[in-house]
Amino acid sequence: MRSWPLRIQVNGERREVDEDISLPQLVAILNLKPEQVAIELNRQVVRRISWEKTVLRPDDKVEIVHFVGGGCNANC
Amino acid sequence: MSTPALAYSEKFEIGGRAFTSRLIIGTGKYRSFEEMKAAHRASGAEMVTVAVRRVPLDRSSESFLDHLDPSVAILPNTAGCYTAEEAIRTARLAREALGTDLIKLEVIGDQTTLFPDNEQTLEAARVLARDGFIVLPYFTDDLIMAKKLLDAGCPAVMPLAAPIGSGLGIQNPANLRIMREQLPDATIIVDAGVGTASDAAIAMELGADAVLMNTAIAEAQDSAKMAQAMKLAVEAGRLAYTAGRMPKRLYASASSPLSGVVQ
Repeated sequence: MRSWPLRIQVNGERREVDEDISLPQLVAILNLKPEQVAIELNRQVVRRISWEKTVLRPDDKVEIVHFVGGGCNANC
Repeated sequence: MSTPALAYSEKFEIGGRAFTSRLIIGTGKYRSFEEMKAAHRASGAEMVTVAVRRVPLDRSSESFLDHLDPSVAILPNTAGCYTAEEAIRTARLAREALGTDLIKLEVIGDQTTLFPDNEQTLEAARVLARDGFIVLPYFTDDLIMAKKLLDAGCPAVMPLAAPIGSGLGIQNPANLRIMREQLPDATIIVDAGVGTASDAAIAMELGADAVLMNTAIAEAQDSAKMAQAMKLAVEAGRLAYTAGRMPKRLYASASSPLSGVVQ
């Protein structure tokens, strides 16, 4: 079956991915370690247990975060 | 020598977890991971705070958490958030990534001073506490605000001592003293503004239960040495507070007997 590109936003950047990809697939495409990130889809946190069944739709906005050094302000 | 035992035996508790160390430290601004690790070891801190950020796309990034001692508690923070909504989203992401309910709530009101937006902080604290978070809010050193945050369900409050990263030391000791006296059962953690060891000791002598700092250690010329100085200062300050200091007097009071002086 032919896959059509799906336009989404990841961390504010436009991305084209294959249709019907799930969050674990997106994490893999981006070369991220799944156990070290958290994901928000359209401003709602997606629990890790729900990643597999979460399939991306056109214009979805995905935020993927991790931890960095900091203790204080935005520029730490 | 049995006196120092007090500082060690007396535990400090947050969210049901007991800590021996009353020093909480940040993980930002270090010149290298090695330097950070050495400072963390020297500080004896059992809790460190980390920030939540977007992962960089299209370039590999090593995991920051791998550089932390696995035995220390991780306190994620909402640093960089300017609204209650951003802070709430960040806290929820942190909880999902780390599986901890702990959150150091920071809602900044202004870029120049990094002073907290107390109104937004309170709003976020209410939502997060209802949502089961152990909320540790950074706020202006104000008693009334502290009461509202405690009423909102925060198990501890984190008043600033001076602007974040300023190293100015305790700018308003009276406010901290009043907060301690009026809220004798509250857990008060002085957060931000400490510049050197004596500042940390003063915070503890004023009755703070713990001190959180980042820049004072990370920007010291020798971070590990300053971390150790902070560890000792926090312990000394706590001991002095629990010992109960002598009253201040304007005039001298001789230490030696007044009678029997050779004449």
